[in-house]
Amino acid sequence: MAIWLNKDSKVIVQGMTGATGQKHTKLMLGDGTEVVGGVNPRKAGTTVDFDGTEVPVFGTVAEAIEKTGANVSVIFVPEKFTKDAVVEAIDAEIPLAVVITEGIAVHDTASFWAYAGKKGNKTRIIGPNCPGIITPGQSNVGIIPGDITKPGRIGLVSKSGTLTYQMMYELRDIGFSTAVGIGGDPIIGTTHIDALAAFQDDPDTELIVMIGEIGGDAEERAAAFIKDNVTKPVVGYVAGFTAPEGKTMGHAGAIVSGSSGTAQAKKEALEAAGVKVGKTPTETAKLAREILAG
Amino acid sequence: MDLFEYQARDLFAKHDVPVLAGEVIDTPEAAREITERLGGKSVVKAQVKVGGRGKAGGVKLAASADEAVARATDILGMDIKGHTVHKVMIAETAPEIVEEYYVSFLLDRANRTFLSIASVEGGMEIEEVAATRPEAVAKTPIDAIDGVDEAKAREIVAAAKFPAEVADKVAHVLVKLWDTFIKSDALLVEVNPLAKVASGDVLALDGKVSLDENAEFRHPEYEELHDKDAANPLEAAAKAKGLNYVKLDGEVGIIGNGAGLVMSTLDVVAYAGENHGGVKPANFLDIGGGASAQVMANGLEIILGDPDVRSVFVNVFGGITACDEVANGIIQALKLLEDRGEKVEKPLVVRLDGNNAELGRKILTDAAHPLVQRVDTMDGAAAKAAELAAAK
Repeated sequence: MAIWLNKDSKVIVQGMTGATGQKHTKLMLGDGTEVVGGVNPRKAGTTVDFDGTEVPVFGTVAEAIEKTGANVSVIFVPEKFTKDAVVEAIDAEIPLAVVITEGIAVHDTASFWAYAGKKGNKTRIIGPNCPGIITPGQSNVGIIPGDITKPGRIGLVSKSGTLTYQMMYELRDIGFSTAVGIGGDPIIGTTHIDALAAFQDDPDTELIVMIGEIGGDAEERAAAFIKDNVTKPVVGYVAGFTAPEGKTMGHAGAIVSGSSGTAQAKKEALEAAGVKVGKTPTETAKLAREILAG
Repeated sequence: MDLFEYQARDLFAKHDVPVLAGEVIDTPEAAREITERLGGKSVVKAQVKVGGRGKAGGVKLAASADEAVARATDILGMDIKGHTVHKVMIAETAPEIVEEYYVSFLLDRANRTFLSIASVEGGMEIEEVAATRPEAVAKTPIDAIDGVDEAKAREIVAAAKFPAEVADKVAHVLVKLWDTFIKSDALLVEVNPLAKVASGDVLALDGKVSLDENAEFRHPEYEELHDKDAANPLEAAAKAKGLNYVKLDGEVGIIGNGAGLVMSTLDVVAYAGENHGGVKPANFLDIGGGASAQVMANGLEIILGDPDVRSVFVNVFGGITACDEVANGIIQALKLLEDRGEKVEKPLVVRLDGNNAELGRKILTDAAHPLVQRVDTMDGAAAKAAELAAAK
């Protein structure tokens, strides 16, 4: 089962012909992802060779869908052009668009998010500024290393890429149903709540690990959602307890403003919802392990 | 990036939001000519990015050009809540104020859109008004594509119950303020107070603007808005090298890959420091994916150049990046710095995990650099780095 991504997912890459797109397309193919095409209007009709796999390049997302039956697009185009790329994916009504690009102006994200709403939210957007989504053993879309872990019973949702990898590594012997990196920008498409709801309904997922960080109130809202809607055990981790006020910690959204957005407030909200929260990634993994061991 | 009041004023003026005349200076004598031009009186306003400057004595009326120079002399160099005043704005004195309002546009993260906040009770912090009299604060969601036209502006004016006699003028200001927000790629534009003066006009007397640095590629004008006085020299040097660095006030230098992992590293080091004399992280530094030897050298150079740093913790989880490359990077970086004649004396604790970790660890062991210690867990390495910083 897993969530949103499985062995039947047919993936196109917007920005496949660029250096980053090529590098990661090769890795995704190596992980068994069914990459059926790339999109670049200037190179339409050509193909790109990835170690013997010829992947065709289409002029538009719509054409790629029509010719290949693609249902996932992963977006690697540079930040200046990302908004147009996402809008194109929305117009083509692709069910899932995963936006890897970082450094996108927040007005651009607000704009494509509003556009998706006006078009009836037919496209699930993950990201921007995220590592992507992986269902180990089935499909890998984005830049998450495919060889950290194996299929298993844990669902993972995280704002941070490297903390996703760290947590997958800590719990590699148990394995994951799906791990999704939702990104650390102030505005993102798919939220913690969306992933929690999907994992709650996924029979392959027995326990959910949720990783948050300072800034905004997404974790607090996720806590409220868990309290009312999630019966599976949830283990949490929040990064940035020692971050000072008013300094952006790498991610555009990771900033404590006044008393809002602190890690302590998020931890307390999660604990009040029955979530066990670890002090460090290692301790968080230990909590998950204990729950699964019964 | 938060702007100074004078920068916000200039931005408002550029987008036809009504403001008073004002010019920024950094030497007291310059206040004379501006005050004379303003008719012989002015307001001298400290330019600091912190609230409460009025109470701190950072805003003074001057009834003559001589007095303006004297007030500017007093205020320049003043410390307001830890912020040194490097600049003052010499502003036109406000006409008689009849009422004070509040209006702003900002990013609404929770609803993934923009938001207008408006109140007829301006002049004080809007958080205070919202806490004590929430009914006096009107919040109106703004669609990111539709924006604010006359009709939307009137909706905001009605929601905040602005008096009928200023409704047209406030609506007009809102449209212009939205224009400022959109065209500048702002995260916040706030006018407080928006004043109704005796003539019946509505004026933006003070404002806050925060801009999105991710949008700098389409705003060459951002360049000169950066606050060069405030930038920590290490932060400035890191920025020049394209590194994502924030100076903090501890003793353990931190280098890691990925914003989340580095944030987490700061926490783990601070926890470890509790057992080692209270040492804390000295910085945030994310070298990102694919850390080449050069990037590692640039990062190490910044960290080692920080006199507060007593030990360094390099915490890398190899995702796509292979740990053997990172290990080689560290060794090459140290060599590069030593070849350049820099004295490297601070101990490094390195934790490598993930892709090719075994190979990376072997490279470090084989290199046997006297300053480099390998600890293979994040918590263990943090404890070691804290211990070394405390021992120094």
